[in-house]
Amino acid sequence: MVTEFTPLSGVIGGVLIGLGALLLWWLLGRVAGISGITAGFLFESGGRRWRAGFLLGLLTTPMLYLAWVHDALNVSWHAPEVSWWVALAGLLVGLGTRWGSGCTSGHGVCGMSRWSPRSILATVIFMLAGIVVASFFNGVQYA
Amino acid sequence: MRSFIAAWLAGALMALGITLSGMIDPVKVVNFLNLRGHWDPTLLLVMVSAFLTYSVGYWLSRRRQRPLWHERFHLPEKHQIDRPLVLGALLFGVGWGLVGYCPGPALAALGGLQAGTLLFVATMLLGFSLAKRWPLTRRN
Repeated sequence: MVTEFTPLSGVIGGVLIGLGALLLWWLLGRVAGISGITAGFLFESGGRRWRAGFLLGLLTTPMLYLAWVHDALNVSWHAPEVSWWVALAGLLVGLGTRWGSGCTSGHGVCGMSRWSPRSILATVIFMLAGIVVASFFNGVQYA
Repeated sequence: MRSFIAAWLAGALMALGITLSGMIDPVKVVNFLNLRGHWDPTLLLVMVSAFLTYSVGYWLSRRRQRPLWHERFHLPEKHQIDRPLVLGALLFGVGWGLVGYCPGPALAALGGLQAGTLLFVATMLLGFSLAKRWPLTRRN
């Protein structure tokens, strides 16, 4: 499946991701690691309120955007079709991001920006693993 | 209430960025990771621009003793490179390469209610709880 290289919206989106993460740091002093915030919301008794607010914004904004401004910028996206591979991938991402203490946002954006050695190593490892797997596997269909 | 609103705004901005950048589309992510297909370098620009934005803001925050609406900055407590970090990042990368979802985009796309996204998020949450149950304790 072909996708178009979209440098302008990529940079605008990247800056927004950075600004959102910064807002959490500047106002609440929290690292914007999405896997950590989600797991913290589910399993930790403290800090439920801010984590709930973050997740509410994350979960609802794309749909609000789609409902209100979809026609202006013509944003659309695919979703994977149901298969055992999708179930396995979710499990690996869930286990891996918790054991590895972070995902693309926590390690890749926030941790790398602090020059954290743990985050730099984690980002190199998950990028390389992702590249190797995606380059030699195409068992997932998208709709 | 103030912390709820601040965090909501942060989550909303990040989700808007994930949506506008196209990272909410796992095909676009896989097309970056797959070097043998229709290569789409967008993800690289997203990562670099998010990294630069956060870097500047983080550097500016180092002059402050505390965040604006909270008593202290919460930095990660682990500093050592250990086996859970390496194994975890490896497993995460494999899962990411299989489908093209990392946690942020998967959760952002959840509202589309497509079965594949729901399945991915369900097993991801299962993974979170299994990791909570069996934390890889540091032995090396």
